[in-house]
Amino acid sequence: MPEDLNWAIGGEAGDGIDSTGKIFAQALSRAGRHVFTSKDFASRIRGGYTAYKIRTSVDRVESVVDRLDILIALTQRTVDENMDELHEGSVIIYDGERTMMSDFEAPEGMIGLDVPLKGLAEEAGGAIVRNIVALGAACEVGDFPIENLDEALQKRFGDKGSSIVDTNKKAARLGAEYVREEYDLDTDYNMETTDEDYVLLNGDEAIGMGALAAGCRFYAGYPITPATDVMQYLVGRIDRYGGKVVQAEDELSAINMALGAARAGARSMTATSGPGIDLMSETFGLIAQTETPLVICDVMRSGPSTGMPTKQEQGDLNMTLYGGHGEIPRFVIAPTTVSECFWKTVEAFNMAEKYQTPVYLVSDLALAVSEQTFSPDTFDMSEVEIDRGNVVDAGGIEDNTNDQGQFTPHAATEDGISPRTFPGVEGGAHMTTGLEHDELGRRTEDTEVRVEQVEKRERKVQTAREREDWSPREFGDPDADTLVVSWGSNEGAIREAMDFLEEDDISIRFLSTPYIFPRADLNEAFEQADDVIVVECNATGQWADVLEHDTLQRVKRINKYTGVRFKADELAQRIKEELGQAAAEEVEAE
Amino acid sequence: MSSNVRFTDFKSDAQPTWCPGCGDFGTMNGMMKALAETGNDPDNTFVVAGIGCSGKIGTYMHSYALHGVHGRALPVGTGVKMANPELEVMVAGGDGDGYSIGAGHFVHAVRRNVDMTYVVMDNRIYGLTKGQFSPTSREDFETSTSPDGTNQQPVNPLALALAAGGTFIAQSFSSDAQRHAEIVQKAIEHDGFGFVNVFSPCVTFNDVDTYDYFRDSLVDLGEEDHDPSDYDAAKDKIMDRDKEYQGVIYQDDSSVGFEQREGIEGPMNDIGDEPPEDMMDLVREFY
Ligand SMILES: Cc1ncc(C[n+]2csc(CCOP(=O)(O)OP(=O)(O)O)c2C)c(N)n1
Ligand code: SF4
Repeated sequence: MPEDLNWAIGGEAGDGIDSTGKIFAQALSRAGRHVFTSKDFASRIRGGYTAYKIRTSVDRVESVVDRLDILIALTQRTVDENMDELHEGSVIIYDGERTMMSDFEAPEGMIGLDVPLKGLAEEAGGAIVRNIVALGAACEVGDFPIENLDEALQKRFGDKGSSIVDTNKKAARLGAEYVREEYDLDTDYNMETTDEDYVLLNGDEAIGMGALAAGCRFYAGYPITPATDVMQYLVGRIDRYGGKVVQAEDELSAINMALGAARAGARSMTATSGPGIDLMSETFGLIAQTETPLVICDVMRSGPSTGMPTKQEQGDLNMTLYGGHGEIPRFVIAPTTVSECFWKTVEAFNMAEKYQTPVYLVSDLALAVSEQTFSPDTFDMSEVEIDRGNVVDAGGIEDNTNDQGQFTPHAATEDGISPRTFPGVEGGAHMTTGLEHDELGRRTEDTEVRVEQVEKRERKVQTAREREDWSPREFGDPDADTLVVSWGSNEGAIREAMDFLEEDDISIRFLSTPYIFPRADLNEAFEQADDVIVVECNATGQWADVLEHDTLQRVKRINKYTGVRFKADELAQRIKEELGQAAAEEVEAE
Repeated sequence: MSSNVRFTDFKSDAQPTWCPGCGDFGTMNGMMKALAETGNDPDNTFVVAGIGCSGKIGTYMHSYALHGVHGRALPVGTGVKMANPELEVMVAGGDGDGYSIGAGHFVHAVRRNVDMTYVVMDNRIYGLTKGQFSPTSREDFETSTSPDGTNQQPVNPLALALAAGGTFIAQSFSSDAQRHAEIVQKAIEHDGFGFVNVFSPCVTFNDVDTYDYFRDSLVDLGEEDHDPSDYDAAKDKIMDRDKEYQGVIYQDDSSVGFEQREGIEGPMNDIGDEPPEDMMDLVREFY
């Protein structure tokens, strides 16, 4: 169990919570500490409670826990919202001068530090640096040398000129000094630094970076929380490699643009969230039917309808697995961590082109908004391989023709994979239609051809099943009686929950399954286990349903649909409850 | 591109299933002719079509082509052109396809001004679904779904295009073969979004907007002294509800295609099999 420290800043949307939190997270990661961040925010731009939380340790941290050690509370509500995470010894930094905080008193057992944030900010050069004063105070509380903030401040404010940077540096120091001089603090918090240099990024950024590494050159999208950061990351950066982002007029347009670019030969992608996936599903069918390689990223949020746009959920699994009319060959890949967001994106592009199918890359809000630290070589670009599949150039056309010498872009090959050619290639001109078509791409209602083409498309999935490695990521004790299975962002919390369980001498085997379709063969693992528990952030257990159906074995379910991600300590508790219940039932049965 | 391409090279050997006499035959011939005239060949041409009788056009032509879903051909064309600006991109569809389900995309494609040609076969009816009113149908037009007339004003696609900042707005009549081909050719040559609304009669379901009707009522702007670069004159023609015009109604000669303004230099398919060397810079950004 790492010696972790949990820090948060909370206030009203518009209070600069995000950028303050980010500055601190960057400072920590540059100082060689691991960081895992999470955000509480409401779907509004100004007003409404919002918080940025950081869990930090010299060891890796993979999730959030239900505990806050240092809280910068810019509003009374911040304290109220986090009351159940505060504990004896938690330090709350607040500004008693701010009217709404005037009658604030730290609850019993907690240490309240009244720091005149506004006053000190003005002394440093302006009320606007109030949050930085608080950061400085927090550094003092956590025994984190203030100099570590300097680089992050430079990064954040460098563009605005050196005097702004200096004002911020001064503000931080005034905050730290105030605490040092006014309070005789004796806490256990000690944020030691190391020589490591980490990078800090979130899941959306990792997806964007993965796309660029994979050679994605065209992106069309329509803004939607929490997928927008993928587009924002790519804008500007993709141009360096000769690519382009287009902000489309809606999701229907976005996916069709991406489809057009893919047919013209570009590695192409769109990203959206649930409501956008709904709109895209008609074209999703067209992509599959025309065998166009395309990556469609769904960064899930809470549904249905517009649901809770800024809240976590894993409710779109059924949609991505079964959505669209008719029967559609597809791949569904779900990254399980921020770094996997990068690697699975690379994989998604290769799969799309190798098998000429749409690929759903399913991420979720928890991955999208959480930043995590990594050693830079986690993203070693030399490991990236690009496989464009069966692309033929002018010389290859002749080998891929029918008896009449016509190019056959939908030839019913043995492995289901047909020759593909990019427009502009001589002799390759052909039409493809979303109607059922023959090997030339021409419309048909011939029953034999229909069957041949349906089977040909399905065969690609079979081929992929055989050729690719669909193993889940495995953790824990391979011989444990309890098997925990999960997908998406829950991996980190479960891995840390395993540490908590270990303290109670409970060991589990944990399979994190990035391949939703085709999925890994889990039959043996299921048979070996006494208890299988499927963990997911939805109400009905969509993944559990699939696994029960496929393995013909009943599973236990741990579901959460509050809109908040799983926390490690909470999960440990719930797993214990499931097992306890199982034990109790067994006793009863005897 | 080869110089000795003939328009029949753009013809596929698939047999059209259009009704004999359908206006779409003439529309298609004109498109093929214009493509050949402008020095294109099937291997550098990409035709995107929507759904409807009109949408079948791409399936009867020979080129790189995609027959997509209803109303979404324009975004597909945009994607094709952005990913490979060297291709000649032609998008085709019907009045239902383009001005009903795809109306949103129409407005945005116009304002984006991607260098492609958009040909709409306007028969003022839904043909493929067998005779319901379309967005260009007249207010008193009785159809299977409007037994008492539509009680809705028809859209004016030319006005929509003008209002959206269109840089090339034209209208033609599919059976005036020579003129139609010439107008489409000008649209192809235009640097930007070349929009041609083609009167392409449906002989099966529309007995109002017939060949005879257009033959009698069309006024050819070529024969009048119309200057397409004159915005106000174009506006007057477009807003004139009493007459139907044929010809290039408005053209902005200073138009530059979106893909060019966006600085796209060549085909995006050339990515190699390894990421570029400087890619590690992307990681360093996150320090
Ligand atoms: C999403 C969707 N809705 C409805 C249809 C059915 N549909 C096919 S063609 C068409 C109308 C086509 O009208 P138009 O574009 O005027 O073409 P025309 O057949 O007259 O050439 C409709 C409604 C469809 N294919 N897809
Ligand atoms: S129904 Fe009308 S539009 Fe369709 S093919 Fe027949 S004549 Fe042409």
